[in-house]
Amino acid sequence: MVENDRFGSLLAHLILILGVAAVVFPVYVAVIASTHAPGTFLQGVMPLLPGSHAIENYRTVIFEGRAQAGAPPIGLMLWNSFVMAMMVAVGKIAISLLSAFAIVYFRFRFRIFFFWVIFLTLMLPVEVRIVPTYAVVANLGLLNSYAGLSIPLIASATATFLFRQFFMTVPEEMLEAARVDGAGPMKFFKDILLPLSITNIAAMFVIMFIYGWNQYLWPLLVTNDERYYTVVMGIQRMVTGADSEPLWHLVMATVVLAALPPILVILFMQRLFVKGLVETEK
Amino acid sequence: MARIVMDDLHKVYPGGVKAVTGISLDIADGEMIVLVGPSGCGKSTLLRMVAGLETITGGTLKIGDRVVNQLEPADRDIAMVFQNYALYPHMTVYNNLAYGLRNKGVPKAEIERRVQEAAGMLQIADYLDRKPRALSGGQRQRVAMGRALVREPAAFLFDEPLSNLDAKLRVQMRVEIRQLQKRLGTTSLYVTHDQLEALTLADRLVVLNAGQIEQVGTPMELYRRPATVFVAGFIGSPAMNMIDMAYLRDRGAAPSALPGGTDLVGIRPDDLSLTPPPGPAMVLQGRVALLEPAGAESHIYVTLDANAQPITVRVPGLPEVTEGAVVTLHAPLEALHPFNSASGKRTD
Ligand SMILES: Nc1ncnc2c1ncn2[C@@H]1O[C@H](COP(=O)(O)OP(=O)(O)OP(=O)(O)O)[C@@H](O)[C@H]1O
Ligand SMILES: [Mg+2]
Repeated sequence: MVENDRFGSLLAHLILILGVAAVVFPVYVAVIASTHAPGTFLQGVMPLLPGSHAIENYRTVIFEGRAQAGAPPIGLMLWNSFVMAMMVAVGKIAISLLSAFAIVYFRFRFRIFFFWVIFLTLMLPVEVRIVPTYAVVANLGLLNSYAGLSIPLIASATATFLFRQFFMTVPEEMLEAARVDGAGPMKFFKDILLPLSITNIAAMFVIMFIYGWNQYLWPLLVTNDERYYTVVMGIQRMVTGADSEPLWHLVMATVVLAALPPILVILFMQRLFVKGLVETEK
Repeated sequence: MARIVMDDLHKVYPGGVKAVTGISLDIADGEMIVLVGPSGCGKSTLLRMVAGLETITGGTLKIGDRVVNQLEPADRDIAMVFQNYALYPHMTVYNNLAYGLRNKGVPKAEIERRVQEAAGMLQIADYLDRKPRALSGGQRQRVAMGRALVREPAAFLFDEPLSNLDAKLRVQMRVEIRQLQKRLGTTSLYVTHDQLEALTLADRLVVLNAGQIEQVGTPMELYRRPATVFVAGFIGSPAMNMIDMAYLRDRGAAPSALPGGTDLVGIRPDDLSLTPPPGPAMVLQGRVALLEPAGAESHIYVTLDANAQPITVRVPGLPEVTEGAVVTLHAPLEALHPFNSASGKRTD
C-alpha cells in the first residue's frame, strides 16, 4: 500500500514536472533568444544559454521600434493594449455586476427572458459574430479607436453568472437590514454588495484583463492605423510586415515585454485573492 | 415612543398562503408585547409586516399616529433586530451602528454621541474597531442590538433575537433586553419560541395560532386563566393536563360545581399534589409510569387507567414514590380549568 502510494506520487510528480517543463521551455527559449545578436537565431542552432545582447536588444525594441523592425515603438503598443484590456475588464465587470444585480434583486417583466438572452451570448464569442460586428463598428465610425477595440468585447455572460451566483449567497437578511437602515437599491449595491464582492471582482478582473490583453483577431481587423496597434497584433506585424527576414531577437524581446503586464496584474491581484480567502465570511 | 395599532391585518403570500388572517391589536406607548405561537403560525410574518419588509394585503397599521401601510421600512421609524443579526461583515462595529444614521443624514457629532452611548450601554465600546467576524456570538448579538438602539426609534422589533445563543447567555441577554427596554421606554414587539422568554419579558403576551390571535393578556393572566384549550396547552411547562369529563364521571370524581358545557378539565402539573390540600379537592388514582427528578423539583408521570396520555405532576424535591406504585392525586377545585372541547373555549 505504502509502496504503491509512493510510486503513485512519484508518477504524479513526474507527469506534473513534464507538464511544467513543456509550458516553461518555450518561454525560456523566448527569453534566451531575446538576449542574442541578430544573426544567431537564423543559424539553425538554438542557443540555450543567455547571450550578451540583452540590453541592446531591449533598448532597440523600446525606443526605436519601427525603424528596424517594421512596427511602432513598443511603448505605444503596450499602452494601447493596456487601455484596451482595462476598458474590456472594467467594462465587463461594471456591466455584469449591474446585470447580475438586476436579475437577482429586481422583479421586472421578462426577467427570465433577459436572463436567457444573456445566457445565449455565451454561444456567440467575437470570432463567431466577427463580420456583423465589424460592419456595425465600421458604420459607427469606430474603426481605429479605443472604443472600437473594446466595446464589442464588453458584454460578458460568464461574469454575469458568476456575480449572480455570488449575490444569491448573500443572505436575504442583509438586504432587509439595509432597507431598515434606509439604504435604497443603489445604495445597497454600492455600500454592501460591492464591498462583499471584492474578491470576485478581483478574480474577474484578472481573467478579463488577460482576455482583453490577448485579443488578436479583433484588433487586427479594426485597426490599420499604427497609433492603435496593440502589442499582440504588433508582434504579428513584426514577423510578417518587415521586408527582410524577421528579426527574431527583437520579436522575442517584444514577446517577453508583452507577457509582463498580465503577470504583474496577477501578482498584484493575488494579494487580494489571498485576503479574500482568509476572510471568507458573510 | 409610539403607540402601534393593528386593525384587521391580513397577509396573503403570492402563492396563496394565508399567513395572517385578521389581527387587531392596540399596543400602548412603551409597552413590550411578546408574540408566541407554534412554528408557522405567522409570528415572523406579522412582525415583518410591521417592519415594512412584507406588504400588508389587508387592514391598516398605524405607528404613532401615521398610517404606515405604504411606507418603506426606513420611513417607519422602527428598528429591527434579526435572528441571524445580519451585521454588515465588511464594516467595523462602529460603522455597522452608524450606517443607518449616516443614511438619514444625522450630523457626524451626533452619530458619534449616539454610537458611544449605545456602545456604553451594551458594553461593546472595546470592539468598535473590529469587524463582526472577530466577535463572539454574544457580542454580535449586542452589536445587532446596538444598531437598533442608535436609531432611537419609535419601536423595536425583535425576531427571535436570542435563539442563536447558548442557554446561559440567553438568560443574561434576556434580562438586559428587558432592563434596557424599560429604561428607554420604547414600544417593543418581540417574537419568540421560548416560553420562559415570553413569560418574563412581556408586559402583554399575544398567543397566535394559524394566523389569528388566540388570546392577549399579561403573562400571569394567560397562565392563570387561559381562554382556550390551545393557550392552556401552549403556556406553562410542563404543559397542562387535560382530562375528559366522561372519565371523571365514570370514576365518580367529577366535581359538581363545573359550569354547563364543560367536557374537558385542565389541571396544571403544579396544582396536583400527593397529599390532600386544605380545601375541597378532586381525587384521582393512578399508577406511576415514570419519575423524573429535575433538581429542585420532580415530575411524576401517572397513567390513569383508560386515559392514554399519562398526566404530569410537578412536586418539589424528590418524592418517595416508586415507579409502578399506585398513587392518589389531589387537585383543589378552584385550580381546575373547565373547557368545552368542541369550541375549544373556556366555559367559566
Ligand atoms: N415568502 C413566503 N411565501 C409564502 N409563504 C410564506 C412565506 N413566508 C412564510 N410563509 C408561510 O406563512 C406562514 C407563517 O410563516 P412565519 O414565518 O410567519 O411563521 P413563524 O410563526 O414565524 O414560524 P417560526 O416560529 O417557525 O419562525 C407559514 O405557513 C409559512 O410557510
Ligand atoms: Mg419566524
